Amino acid sequence: MLPRTIDIYRVLPELMWCGFGLLAMLMQPFVRSRHFFTFLALIGTLAGTAASVTAAMHAGPGFGGLVQSDSFSFFFRLLVGTVAFLVVLAAGPYLERERLPFAEFYALLLFATAGMGVLASAQELLTAFIGLEMSSISSYILAGYRRDSLKSTESAMKYFLLGSFATAFFLYGIALVYGSSGTTMLTRMGSEELLDSPLFELGLAMILIGLGFKVAAAPFQVWTPDVYEGAPTPVTALFSAGPKAAAFALLLRIFATVPAATHFWFWAFWALAALTMFAGNLGALVQTNVKRLLAYSSIAHAGYILVAFAAVTSMARGGSEEAAPAYAAVLFYLLSYALVKLGAFTIVSQLGGTGEKHLSLDDYAGLSQRQPFVAAALSVYLLSLLGLPVTAGFFGKFYIFKAAVNSHLLWLAVLMAINSVIGAYYYLRVIVVMYMRESSAEAKSAAPVGFPLRVNFVLAFTVAGTLYFGLFPNQVLNFILQPTLLGH
Amino acid sequence: MLPGEHLLSVLIFFPAMGALALLLLRGDDHKFIRIIALIVSLAEFLFSLLVIPKVPIGVPGYHLEEFAKWISQPPINYHLGVDGISLFLVILTTFLTPISVLASWKSIEHRVKEFFVMLLMLEVGVVGVFLSLDLFLFFLFWEVMLIPMALLIGIWGHERRVYAAVKFILYTMAGSIFMLIGIIWLYNATGTFDLLAIRVLLHTPASQGGLELSSSTEMLLFLAFFVAFAIKVPLFPLHTWLPDAHVEAPTAGSVMLAGVLLKMGTYGMIRFCLPLFPGASHRAAGWVAALAIIGIIYGALVAMVQPNLKKLVAYSSVSHLGFVVLGIFAFHNISMQGAVYQMLAHGISTGALFLLVGMLYDRRHTFEISEYGGLATPMPKLAAFFLFVALSSLGLPMLNGFVGEFLVLLGTYQRHWQWASWAALGVILSACYLLWSYQRVFFGEITREKNRTLPDASAREKWILVTMAVVTLWMGIGATFITSRTAAAAQNVIDQVEPQRPYEAAAPNGATPQAKRDSSSAAKAISSGRLGIR
Repeated sequence: MLPRTIDIYRVLPELMWCGFGLLAMLMQPFVRSRHFFTFLALIGTLAGTAASVTAAMHAGPGFGGLVQSDSFSFFFRLLVGTVAFLVVLAAGPYLERERLPFAEFYALLLFATAGMGVLASAQELLTAFIGLEMSSISSYILAGYRRDSLKSTESAMKYFLLGSFATAFFLYGIALVYGSSGTTMLTRMGSEELLDSPLFELGLAMILIGLGFKVAAAPFQVWTPDVYEGAPTPVTALFSAGPKAAAFALLLRIFATVPAATHFWFWAFWALAALTMFAGNLGALVQTNVKRLLAYSSIAHAGYILVAFAAVTSMARGGSEEAAPAYAAVLFYLLSYALVKLGAFTIVSQLGGTGEKHLSLDDYAGLSQRQPFVAAALSVYLLSLLGLPVTAGFFGKFYIFKAAVNSHLLWLAVLMAINSVIGAYYYLRVIVVMYMRESSAEAKSAAPVGFPLRVNFVLAFTVAGTLYFGLFPNQVLNFILQPTLLGH
Repeated sequence: MLPGEHLLSVLIFFPAMGALALLLLRGDDHKFIRIIALIVSLAEFLFSLLVIPKVPIGVPGYHLEEFAKWISQPPINYHLGVDGISLFLVILTTFLTPISVLASWKSIEHRVKEFFVMLLMLEVGVVGVFLSLDLFLFFLFWEVMLIPMALLIGIWGHERRVYAAVKFILYTMAGSIFMLIGIIWLYNATGTFDLLAIRVLLHTPASQGGLELSSSTEMLLFLAFFVAFAIKVPLFPLHTWLPDAHVEAPTAGSVMLAGVLLKMGTYGMIRFCLPLFPGASHRAAGWVAALAIIGIIYGALVAMVQPNLKKLVAYSSVSHLGFVVLGIFAFHNISMQGAVYQMLAHGISTGALFLLVGMLYDRRHTFEISEYGGLATPMPKLAAFFLFVALSSLGLPMLNGFVGEFLVLLGTYQRHWQWASWAALGVILSACYLLWSYQRVFFGEITREKNRTLPDASAREKWILVTMAVVTLWMGIGATFITSRTAAAAQNVIDQVEPQRPYEAAAPNGATPQAKRDSSSAAKAISSGRLGIR
């Protein structure tokens, strides 16, 4: 069966990202200019992001229901596309400084983005698997992109080995689900018999493990700090914002369409959320490397998001249709979190210096005096991660608390509150170091590195977004609260 | 342009505009920055005085209300209002800010611009807390105010400033995160964040569409709010952040911390705990009073043995705030008014004590009492002011401290004479530690050669101290100006916490003390039974 034009429209963003990725690879032998590739990548990410509008205008299932173009996938395509665009902007100066090749980097980045787009819009498990593989395989290579660095290689190796293990789980889960239900289409898994089929539940559990790995949920989180630390920092920025959002998107979509999943997963999410929050926050407490600290913090934040998932499942168990605010909480949180992590890692990549040597907390001492604006921006990010008002992170946390209290998950809310306080300690420590300690003599003598214009744009964009959503969360919220969010 | 309808918004955001203007200035002209900060804070003080005529005497409820929709889902509104209690707390804040600016004139030498920006932002947060009538908005200001205060301590403080700043912020956050859950719980149950709407719902029987909480739920919610406030006050045994924060903060930080930030805790109890959860308040009153009395006596005893002058003043705050909490949880109109008055008086006298200690520090760079001695000889004027302020703090009649303590003890005595008797010990002890420390610092032989040549108060310092002294005296003599305005608001709180006595609402000041005692005997029996003293 030939695809109809409308099917093409519904996957246009992914096609754009893939197309520009291929173009970058093909041009690589012929064009030597770095600026050309940066420009190409910027156009590519933007084109894909713009195409998501086209896809949203032609909403509906594509390719016989394999993908679904709805407001939900629009939101995530916009999110990962913007993330990719900002990563391209921030990565240029980094690649130049580290003397790394440009074309491949951008091509891989675009493929990874396409994979995330597929994950966010897939409505069939094998399509989702393809999306997962596309984003994962590109990610493995990107993690090891600094070939001469031992840490980067280690990071790629670890990510690859553990990642393929998780992918295998995911695939095995699909096989079991198919075996028990006779379909891989999520929309056809609504039948009553599946509610108590052990084989089906085993399959769902394996899928959950596979995706749990991707979002760094404990106990599948052990890879995170090492991979985040070893990967080139712009790639870390991408990892923490993009694939996580896409994997959560798939999880959400499975919930929304497969009733058995919501019945089965409630306690799993409860336990995962509690474990993940503590694993992330307690791990972050003792870190002295900023990159590792942020890595542990992203584990902790995955835990907070999982709290909202537990809320979604508990509400769906009751059979009520009140789960929408909990969905909205997840989406809003992912948005605020992506902005913040992107900005923070961009600063880390700039301050790291050639070879990423300056990553310890001590290197940030007295930053407020050397680079007041950078210190202020990083403080905004950290305060948003901490969840202080007037930042997007506050509303993100607020909506999750609200969802948890709504579904009577008071204990989980209390655990999350305790974790927020633990988190406050290490985020504040960075701010304290930046504002309340004097720079080391070495740092003082070195001339302050001015950030390139592109990087400043990324910082300005993310800070503005963080504050804007912290003051006026209305519009986004109204968008993600619309009843037709998931297309049916 | 005079602010009219939106006076309260102006009060909140005027300092923010000032801070923004300061941010845009160049950082190296220190004098100019100080002058701008002073002008902004003085103008803010004048604006706040404009509120006084808008709050009519004897009319309970909120005035100058402002209402605007902010976020639709969930419905969060920008709702402001002022009553007799918050009116004077706001004025206290706007009064102490220019004083703090003046106090930092010479002692802050590095990062001057940032310092005054932080001071003004702190004012924004505190004024916002006192004026918010939306729980969410209240929480927002409550949290936002943390950062400038922590930075004030952490950047411009003394040796262990970083430790003190982190401790301060972690303590406060630990409390406030549970308050956030409490707020969300209330929202889930009522569908609104509006304080007035929630209060009406909670006071309406379920049969008429109101919300009746089960007693355990009410207690949990009460605790969620109360712990956040108790940390801020600070109530024994949650007070351990306070000595560190006070001692390490710069003078202006200590003045603001003692002067207004601690009052946010007691204000929260009056505004939220009592009216929203009257049943739980009654059940907890005995325990709270016990903690308050322990705080009064313990704070005073620890203050007495402090070798560090600033720490002494800090512990005296624990003791004095104990009176405030006791006055609030005695549920009596007079003690409630006394608590409000004591909040204001403590802000002035302890603020002044910290200013004086700061002036000594500027000269000798130490807080150790043993480093001083015989200072009355080289600096008679400073010594005179110190004595005056110490006397006001220990509650000498005619000065401000007396009115608050007396009203608290009087009102508490009507309800629980045992509580009042124990608390009265604190009055005696405060005389001990203040006069004894005064004697060690200012009288006797000069033990250190350096102290012989210390300069007396400069013109700037004299201006600060004269202003504080005048206010102290005025609050001691002209107390009715304030109490007449707080009376209706205090009675309003009492009515809400004890709705079983409707006839008192009709005659706010008419009911005899005897009648009040009898009508509340049930509550009294519960609370004193819990306390174990009978």
